[in-house]
Amino acid sequence: MSELVTSRKRGWMLAVVMALALGGGAGRVQAASKLKLEKEQIKLGFIKLTDMAPLAIAYEKGYFEDEGLYVTLEAQSNWKVVLDRVISGELDGSHMLAGQPLAATIGYGTKADLVTPLSMDLNGNAMTVSNEVWSKMLPGLPKDAAGKVQHPIKADALKPVVDAFKGAGRSFKMAMVFPVSTHNYELRYWLAAGGLNPGYYSPSDVSGQIKADVQLSVTPPPQMPATLEAGTINGYMVGEPWNEQAIAKGVGVPIVTDYEIWKNNPEKVFGVTRAWAEKNPNTLVALTKALIRACMWLDANNGANRKEAATILSRPEYVGADVRVIANSMTGTFEFGKGDKRPFPDFNVFFRYNATYPYASDAIWYLTQMRRWGQIAEAKPDDWYADVAKKVYRSDIYLKAAQLLVEEGKAKKEDFPFGSDGYKPVTRDFIDGIEYDARKPNEYINKFAIGLHGGQKIDGGAVK
Amino acid sequence: MAEPALKIIDANGAQAVPATATATLDATLPAAGQGRSRRRNLATRHGFEHLCGILRVAGLGFVEPLLRLALGEAARPQLKALWQLLFVPLIAACVFLFLWSQASSRIVTSLGQIPGPAAVWHQAGALWADHRAERAKQAAFYERQAKRNAERLADDPRADVSRVRYTGKPTYIDQILTSLETVFTGFVIASLAAIPMGILCGLSPAFGAAFNPFIQLFKPVSPLAWLPLVTMVVSATYVSEQPMFEKSFINSAITVALCSLWPTLINTSLGVASIDKDLLNVARVLRLGWATRLFKIVLPSSLPLIFTGLRLSLGVGWMVLIAAEMLAQNPGLGKFVWDEFQNGSSESLSRLLVAVFTIGFIGFLLDRVMYTIQTLVSFKGNR
Repeated sequence: MSELVTSRKRGWMLAVVMALALGGGAGRVQAASKLKLEKEQIKLGFIKLTDMAPLAIAYEKGYFEDEGLYVTLEAQSNWKVVLDRVISGELDGSHMLAGQPLAATIGYGTKADLVTPLSMDLNGNAMTVSNEVWSKMLPGLPKDAAGKVQHPIKADALKPVVDAFKGAGRSFKMAMVFPVSTHNYELRYWLAAGGLNPGYYSPSDVSGQIKADVQLSVTPPPQMPATLEAGTINGYMVGEPWNEQAIAKGVGVPIVTDYEIWKNNPEKVFGVTRAWAEKNPNTLVALTKALIRACMWLDANNGANRKEAATILSRPEYVGADVRVIANSMTGTFEFGKGDKRPFPDFNVFFRYNATYPYASDAIWYLTQMRRWGQIAEAKPDDWYADVAKKVYRSDIYLKAAQLLVEEGKAKKEDFPFGSDGYKPVTRDFIDGIEYDARKPNEYINKFAIGLHGGQKIDGGAVK
Repeated sequence: MAEPALKIIDANGAQAVPATATATLDATLPAAGQGRSRRRNLATRHGFEHLCGILRVAGLGFVEPLLRLALGEAARPQLKALWQLLFVPLIAACVFLFLWSQASSRIVTSLGQIPGPAAVWHQAGALWADHRAERAKQAAFYERQAKRNAERLADDPRADVSRVRYTGKPTYIDQILTSLETVFTGFVIASLAAIPMGILCGLSPAFGAAFNPFIQLFKPVSPLAWLPLVTMVVSATYVSEQPMFEKSFINSAITVALCSLWPTLINTSLGVASIDKDLLNVARVLRLGWATRLFKIVLPSSLPLIFTGLRLSLGVGWMVLIAAEMLAQNPGLGKFVWDEFQNGSSESLSRLLVAVFTIGFIGFLLDRVMYTIQTLVSFKGNR
């Protein structure tokens, strides 16, 4: 705790020093670009997903170089590799799942103190089922006058299929990308909202399949379509372009997006270790500035730049999938099934709705889900949730970067939530309409029909 | 792109030729003549034979009959050699290309058809063009950097303006070079460990018996099993502020070393163990010192087998490297293959095939180089 206080004090002093340095009127831009960097050569990791776009754009548009940073971007093979290499220092920072810094900090999986000064995007995930499952679901789905399937599709429609699988002695298997990934919690939320138990975790059984109706397991994003094609899984939840890829390859059909499960949910973050952040405070602010500018570019003029972004992402060193596949979701549409292309302006949000601000309330939502499914094995008090969120989601660093961008004339003051306390208003924007108040996490956890409540624990495969 | 296949065949074919070729040469050269002309003839013949030897080693054996034809030797045997060394492989290559282009259009994967020879050739060109484009970007990057550094120096003469390496992606050519660098590092580590150990095992039956179980136990272990262990150990022990090498590079190199040291170890110990006993007895009689015995007798006698081991080791190392790079994220050919597999674009398959041919061709070249060295150290006459 004392460490935290010193770091905060240091941050505050830094802000004063910077404010002094920025004092002069005309020389502002000059002065600001001379933020004294502790480290200029930076290596950042990413996973081949369209939401790594802020990194690619910041590089290609020269935003990193504007800050005096020499950044190398490197594709990583899976989220575990990302985490390990950030912790070991091989990478300075990386594109990460929103749950990764939280889980690492509370010691679920690999224990390490990570922080995030920036949320990279909202939404952007979808769930795809195999053609076989889709053909069984289709007859039971409500359709509109034109015969098109009505969205959002709920898990109630999947339940009969899962029951039929069980009856035939087959297990229904789905893949997500990492045990603490947003996809895991979203998929679980959707399944549970439709009465399907996605299974619990316990300290002695981390497979997450205790009492499961649908067995979830981990597959790296780019391998999802191939794994579905091979029949190893019946469906998956993943970011783009790997859902649209399933249509392009004709191996599956996307049925629900995370936007429909939880409107404007936070997706990826930019993560570094706390030690790195304390050693390189100015560099981190500079990186955050460059990434904010990239996110602004991605959402500028109603998405006018998205086509160009899709072209950049289609290069083999970034996402590498065909540009038409990437463009499907990046340019304001989403294709549900072959030819069923629907407008979807908010499928990928990089800057609007304060997408880049690291909200504590978002962090707390992920923590509540970790508790709901047993990854956090024991009940925690409400203030524990608030403390962890504050420790990991560093809106102070974000605001410092935003402030500098405003002073340099690269952004407008109203673009950023300067007065926010880090909590979004209470919301019901979930597929089951359950109200979420980030200030009362325990009350929220108790509202779910499926999930651990109060002081419940998983012991020997049973809820106690 | 069918070149590797072609060269391998004529490399093998070349082994069969020398006997016949030398015989014809003997028959056609004037058997007797004036002393001087005979001496000159002999010198030329030696030079010529030497050249042919080099050609054979270089995998260009088919040039030899052409030369002999040009020198006016009997046509029939030369044409026969030419047929075997040049035309058979060429025809085989054509048949291969034809079958490939026919078969490829019939196999449809979820990424589209398997690309035929033309598509792969085109892709190789695209990768080269991409390399050129990246180099242009690199030049622009250094220019910008120089400008910024000049500005910073003007601002503050004491500013640290050390040159920063280009931050763009590694091109295909860069990846090939990284792979070569990695495999040689691993190979050198392996050799430095394996040769001394092999000598010890060969010299002392006790050592040999002690090492043998470990050799048998570790020799068949796959690189995929070593790599996670190596990664953990390297992460724990290789800690430095300004590391000279990337960890991924070290992980891959050590994995290559662990998998490739066995052939050298076994062959070295075999070579040392099978030294002529007379030589050792003579050394004992002459009371040669330990070092003299090692460097004058043991090493020279076992060199041919040591190099046989090294050649095998390098081959194993190159095979293992691709797998190691895939897992360790070392930016070489292995990562290229893995990234393309993940990209899943309509061009990925042809890029993967380019990689397959590149890997094969480089493996072939490495083997040729080692074969050449092996031939050079395996003395003309056996000792």
